[in-house]
Amino acid sequence: MTVVATARPRTRRQRRLAGIGGLAVLLVLICAASVALGTKSIPLGEVWTALTQPSGSESDIIVRSLRLPRTVLGLLVGLAIGVAGALMQGHTRNPLADPGLLGVTHGAALAVVFAVVVLGIDGLYGFIWFGFAGALLASVAVFLLGAVGGKGATPVTLALAGAAVSALLHGLVSAIILGDERGMEIYRFWRIGSIAGRDFAITGQIAPFLVVGLLLALINTPGLNTLALGEDVATALGQRVLRTRVLGVVAITLLTGSAVAACGPIAFLGLVVPHLARAITGPDYRWLVPVAGLLGAVLLLTADVLGRVLTGDNFEVGILLAIIGAPVFIVLVRRRGLSKV
Amino acid sequence: MSRKVLAAGPVAWTVKPRLVAVVVIAAVLLVLVAAINIGMGSSRIGIWNVLETLLGGGTRRERGIIFDLRLPRTLAGVLVGAALGLSGALFQSVARNPLASPDILGITWGAGVGAVTAIVAGGYRGQVSGMVSALGVPVAGLIGGLLAGVLLYALSWRRGIDGYRMVLIGIGLWAISYNIVNWLLAAGDVNDAARATTWLVGNLADVGWDSVGPVAIALAVLVPVTLICGRTVGGLQFGDDTARGLGIRVDGARGALLLLAAALAAIATAAAGPITFVALATPQIAVRLAKTAQPPLFGSMVLGALLTVGADLLTRLLLPDLPVGVLTAILGAPYLIFLFVRSRREARA
Repeated sequence: MTVVATARPRTRRQRRLAGIGGLAVLLVLICAASVALGTKSIPLGEVWTALTQPSGSESDIIVRSLRLPRTVLGLLVGLAIGVAGALMQGHTRNPLADPGLLGVTHGAALAVVFAVVVLGIDGLYGFIWFGFAGALLASVAVFLLGAVGGKGATPVTLALAGAAVSALLHGLVSAIILGDERGMEIYRFWRIGSIAGRDFAITGQIAPFLVVGLLLALINTPGLNTLALGEDVATALGQRVLRTRVLGVVAITLLTGSAVAACGPIAFLGLVVPHLARAITGPDYRWLVPVAGLLGAVLLLTADVLGRVLTGDNFEVGILLAIIGAPVFIVLVRRRGLSKV
Repeated sequence: MSRKVLAAGPVAWTVKPRLVAVVVIAAVLLVLVAAINIGMGSSRIGIWNVLETLLGGGTRRERGIIFDLRLPRTLAGVLVGAALGLSGALFQSVARNPLASPDILGITWGAGVGAVTAIVAGGYRGQVSGMVSALGVPVAGLIGGLLAGVLLYALSWRRGIDGYRMVLIGIGLWAISYNIVNWLLAAGDVNDAARATTWLVGNLADVGWDSVGPVAIALAVLVPVTLICGRTVGGLQFGDDTARGLGIRVDGARGALLLLAAALAAIATAAAGPITFVALATPQIAVRLAKTAQPPLFGSMVLGALLTVGADLLTRLLLPDLPVGVLTAILGAPYLIFLFVRSRREARA
């Protein structure tokens, strides 16, 4: 018994370090692939010259103005969604928790559609802030609803509240775009989720929020470990539960709000990634959250590169992630008991 | 809760007075709301004249307007709503999870994939046109929904069906179909996308006799079977071991009920598009009104019909240009929120 008890943490620690190391290597490789591959593939040597001493050649322009912004945005957004998914599943103690499922994505969508149709705002620069505000309102609404009348949000109440808010927002979005062709035109492209065609200015706009969100998420992780024992135990251990909760909601909102606003809904990433990460790290959120972020970035970029190379930009990353992610998720559900978070 | 047992020879039913009252009141309201809905239009017909005409009276003009033009829409609302209510009640009972509904388990969006494929492939760009595409949308929707149901069951099966695993798998299927639909919408022509979006919201306005007929026939077969099989639902609620002890073949019963529930949802969706929230909310509303342990099947049917026709009527009064699904979402969501906040308060008090 004692042998097992001492042996397990050591192997787990090794597995975690190996996992993080492997992910870091993968991330570097996929970033390189993301800059180099596409309709016109560019050798890594040329990529390097484009980055260090640009001469204005065609390759330089492709790398600097198309591929690099796309890669950096994908990296940030993947990190953000992975971390947000892990936080959400931790706070709700619900393996189904996901920004899309809890209504945050639909909140952003409604605000974007409102900006486009009602206020006549055009282009990403205009409606990115609306998407952000919508995500913020929706996540606060869902958490408040889930907590009303009880001692805090339980998994079922939160998921129900999310489903209710999602349905409501989806109905409102449909109501607005049905009578407006331009709104529908913008919405139907925004909502498939893409990191293509966004320049550095978009990334610059959301970057501060992402960075603050990531920091808050890391600060939040020890609290999540205690919360995982249940609110009563956490309180008994002297933790300020409300503070931990508020911190978590703020982090989740900042991360998903900026990600969704910039790229549209990236389906499924936030749902799948924490489960994969848990297989590497075990339940300790101090490890789980960063690994989920790394995994999120790796998966998002991989899906984007695959979509670009295999289908010539026919499948945007959001679609491809869902089509790849959902079967992986189903296999996981069937192989392991996912009910324990 | 007082219970009376009604016995007729070897068959006995437990009568729950509160549930009976809920069903009777809902049925009366349904008749009234349906009559008002039929009476509305470019020439208004009073509620009593509508009822009179439906029972065989009325002037020739009233009969013409009502039977040829207005009845299909309302009847479709009744049938579709009943099917959705029953489907939701079955899913939620079998999975023992209030989140299990055809909306969330991927059945509705599976039907959406079929229908939108038909619209985009057969639409404005016109590889397939006219009659074929008009007939094609409901049939394609039905096939998509049924496929999703079979997939859900097959993938959830692992030495039996576990409700929790089923919800997770359903969410996976839902995500796949939702994204395929979005991709189809982005890939298709803008006119087809508009048409598909209208369909995807759930619409009763364009329903004629040609789509009411098939739905009615399908329900006439499925509903009695479901209600008879549904007697085992009561046993399943106590958990598998107890149910086995009661002599229920748990896995077979659950599989049959799930496939029936999927078929009901697919038929409803094929006829009118995904009218969201009826299947999710109705069983929860029924449980709380009737104060039963789990969603009453027949009660959920009647309430589902009332909710759908009522929403159609309200839509025509308030938002005449919009499909009914917009309103079921806008009204259904806050009502569910209200109910569940209240029930939590009560549980705490």
